[in-house]
Amino acid sequence: MTITAAPPTAPARYRQPKRRGAELGLLVLGFVVAAIGYVQVDFAVLGELDTTTVRVLGVAGVMVLVVHLLVRVFAPYADPIVLPVAATLNLLGLTMIHRLDLADARRAAQSGGAVPSPDVSSQLTWTGLGLLLAVLVLLVVRDHRRLQRFTYTSLLAGIVLLLLPLVPGLGYGVRGATLWIRLGGYTFQPGELAKIVLTVFFAGYLSMKRDSLALVRSKVLGLELPRGRDLGPLLVAWVVSLAILVFETDLGTSLLFFGLAVCLLYVATQRRSWLVLGTVLFLSGAALAYAAFGHVRLRFDLWLHPFDDPSGAGYQIVQSLYGLASGGLFGSGLGQGYPQLVPFAKSDFIVAAFGEEIGLAGLFAMLMLYAILVQRGFRIAVACRDPFGSLLAAGLAIVTALQVFIVVGGVTRLIPLTGLTTPFLSQGGSSLVANWIAVALLLRVSDNTRRPDPSLLPDDARTQVVRL
Amino acid sequence: MIRSLRRLAAVLLVLVLAIIANLTWVQFVDADDLRSQPGNTRNLLREYSRERGPILVGGAAVAKSIPTSDQLKFLRTYSAGPRYAPATGFYSLVYGATGLERTENSILSGSDDRFFVDRLEQLFAGRSVQGGAVRTTLNAKAQKAAFDGLAGRTGAVVAIDPATGAILALASSPSFDPNQLSSHNSTKIRKAYAAYEADPDKPLTNRPLTMALPPGSTFKLVTAAAALESGRYQPDTMVPGPAELKLPQTTHALKNWTGQRCGPDDETTLTNALAISCNTAFASIGMDLGADALRAQAEKFGFDNGFQIPLRAATSRFPAELDAPQTAMAAIGQYDVAATALQMAMVGAGIANGGTVMNPYLVSQVLGPDLSVLEQAEPSPYQQAMTPANAAALMSMMETTVTQGTATSVQIPGVRVGGKTGTAQSGTDAKAHAWFVAVAPIQTSQVAVAVVLQNGGGAPEVSGNALAGPIARAVIEAVLS
Repeated sequence: MTITAAPPTAPARYRQPKRRGAELGLLVLGFVVAAIGYVQVDFAVLGELDTTTVRVLGVAGVMVLVVHLLVRVFAPYADPIVLPVAATLNLLGLTMIHRLDLADARRAAQSGGAVPSPDVSSQLTWTGLGLLLAVLVLLVVRDHRRLQRFTYTSLLAGIVLLLLPLVPGLGYGVRGATLWIRLGGYTFQPGELAKIVLTVFFAGYLSMKRDSLALVRSKVLGLELPRGRDLGPLLVAWVVSLAILVFETDLGTSLLFFGLAVCLLYVATQRRSWLVLGTVLFLSGAALAYAAFGHVRLRFDLWLHPFDDPSGAGYQIVQSLYGLASGGLFGSGLGQGYPQLVPFAKSDFIVAAFGEEIGLAGLFAMLMLYAILVQRGFRIAVACRDPFGSLLAAGLAIVTALQVFIVVGGVTRLIPLTGLTTPFLSQGGSSLVANWIAVALLLRVSDNTRRPDPSLLPDDARTQVVRL
Repeated sequence: MIRSLRRLAAVLLVLVLAIIANLTWVQFVDADDLRSQPGNTRNLLREYSRERGPILVGGAAVAKSIPTSDQLKFLRTYSAGPRYAPATGFYSLVYGATGLERTENSILSGSDDRFFVDRLEQLFAGRSVQGGAVRTTLNAKAQKAAFDGLAGRTGAVVAIDPATGAILALASSPSFDPNQLSSHNSTKIRKAYAAYEADPDKPLTNRPLTMALPPGSTFKLVTAAAALESGRYQPDTMVPGPAELKLPQTTHALKNWTGQRCGPDDETTLTNALAISCNTAFASIGMDLGADALRAQAEKFGFDNGFQIPLRAATSRFPAELDAPQTAMAAIGQYDVAATALQMAMVGAGIANGGTVMNPYLVSQVLGPDLSVLEQAEPSPYQQAMTPANAAALMSMMETTVTQGTATSVQIPGVRVGGKTGTAQSGTDAKAHAWFVAVAPIQTSQVAVAVVLQNGGGAPEVSGNALAGPIARAVIEAVLS
């Protein structure tokens, strides 16, 4: 061993490319795809460009470009694929919301009512706010490890956010699920933010406790069971998620948080018993809730037999299935279907709207975008050298994956319908803002991971010394 | 943690595959089923987004789609709605479609397999799909004469081309306006439909095809045909014709309409019996021939068979299991005999066509969007009801009925017309139904027409000759003009 021996990984890390050009290229590609869709909608529905089209696309394009430039400055080593994928999904969401705006306007014109103000404008505003917050997160959180200090604060904040809709006078039920709060004239879905802060909590908690949680006490049927007292966190998560299921009557949110907890426990401890235990707990909890609560039963029955009451309770899911079926393999083409027939097509059922107009092929492509996003999250987690960062990135990827599964599964009747939003696509400010914060955290973790160690950076002074 | 991350990624991949499998099921495998669900409004919207083909009478469209500016891109309009309603039916957002709009839907909407190439072409050319056209057999003048003749009455008219079975007129009264049920305003549609439903005269009923009533004395044509076909009767065969006929097994006596005997010595010829519509004579003949012979003859003319023209017509009935007095009543078109106007027109047409009854049909041609002929109706015989010689004999008996008998109102100067009136009781209280069956001209047999006025069509004195005859005459004149 000599003084000339450097750590073997150091030179490789030093040559780590920033790949911001790739990011820009992908961003342009995604923008062009979404913009073509947007214009296609105009020509299909109106036969000409809508008066707002150029403005919306221009603003969206400039905003995304600005974020890209800021990422160059504040997270130059960040993963180059996360931002373009998220931005593309967001822009596609704008396209579909615009398409449904046009349908709403046409319907209003026919019935002689007032034309509603286009929802795409507010969605664009929320996109801007989401991007702004993402940049702020990149600016404020220069090192993701500092978030670990807020582990228990995050737990508290997360639980408060989750239970907020249950506060009398504040909670606000929408379509049977109490997932919203209303303050003044504004409504907000606190569960969306809760998923970020709870991911921070889980990452922090598990990175501290993962060794003890991985301890094995006994083996039952080949399953290595954790120690009894280590079951605490899992049981807490279970109780909270059951409370959500029963009192907020939303299987999706419940499944999302419990799934996140179980998956991260497994990632942190590598013990499959957590996955098995978690699944058993969730299924038995859901079965209990089914037996005990009429409204839970109703939701399940609706899922199993939607065609029993196609124009009443089963209306939404049945319309969603009709839309998807009419889209078939290749869809009707943007602007040429009837996605407005599905209730809440802009928010809960936006996947059904896409399925109708761009078909199975288009939905596959969109699912691939999500898969890529999740895969990048896992890659960032694998590459990250500190357990907290790994768990944080993995948690954000998991929560996105689960949410997409729950929403798309619900809309296509694979699982019971829930009130969750489709990340980046659905109309809704809380969802957009939360998901953009998640993107910022992923960028931050990957930037820190791939950033060369400052001590290994070329140093003028040292170079001169060597030269001398 | 790398290992568990990899494994978890695999688990999540399974979720993605589950979604993909399920999406493939919903959007591809099960999609046809979902698309054809009755409550799926997309079918309707898609149908309305195409230019539905017209329904033609001669060269003119009686139903056509015109472009609109609302969500349903085309509005179905009917140029002479009530007049053609029994044929066209309606095309409604709320109540679906009826008539030719329903039976010919695949052609009119363009979804028929024969349009596959057209659809592909339209798809690639970026043009919207256009439906094909349906040309009816209806004769515009005859239809107008029939509909105008029924004005203010409750009844039906059917005219048939005896040689082919083509339906020349199909009128119902009171009728409905399909425009009102085919608008784009579901509230107005519901209101109009409710009003039609509440109307005691049932304007939505397709009377010529579905209203089966006792045919009364017009059924004597069938009894006369059975008599001639039996070989035991000729037009000049003397038949009993007393003023009153005591029916066996009952105390009931059957009387003639006039209350008079039908000839000296209570006897008359078969020809004269038909001409003066002698009840006692035909009741005797019926009992002589027997119920089975009458039924066999009736079925050869189309009784006890449902026809689709392609609209579904009600089955006209000749009752089973008749005893002697019932047979006597059935022979003069009473008891449980029930016939539609279509059926009685077919009786006339069969006699006029040398005894061959043709299958009735309403669609003469199916045309592509470019009006090229895709399908031409092929007339087909239903049954040989009579020998040509017996048919000719019965024709001349019918002519005598017009020239010297009870069916005088259908006389047309310069045209030899055959006819038979009928007045049928359908209950003890209700007023009788007035019937008329006519064929013309005797030499060339261009049209057979049946007219029925339900409960006399509202007239105080019910007489087939006075009430129904002039309508038959107007239709014949319209066809021959």
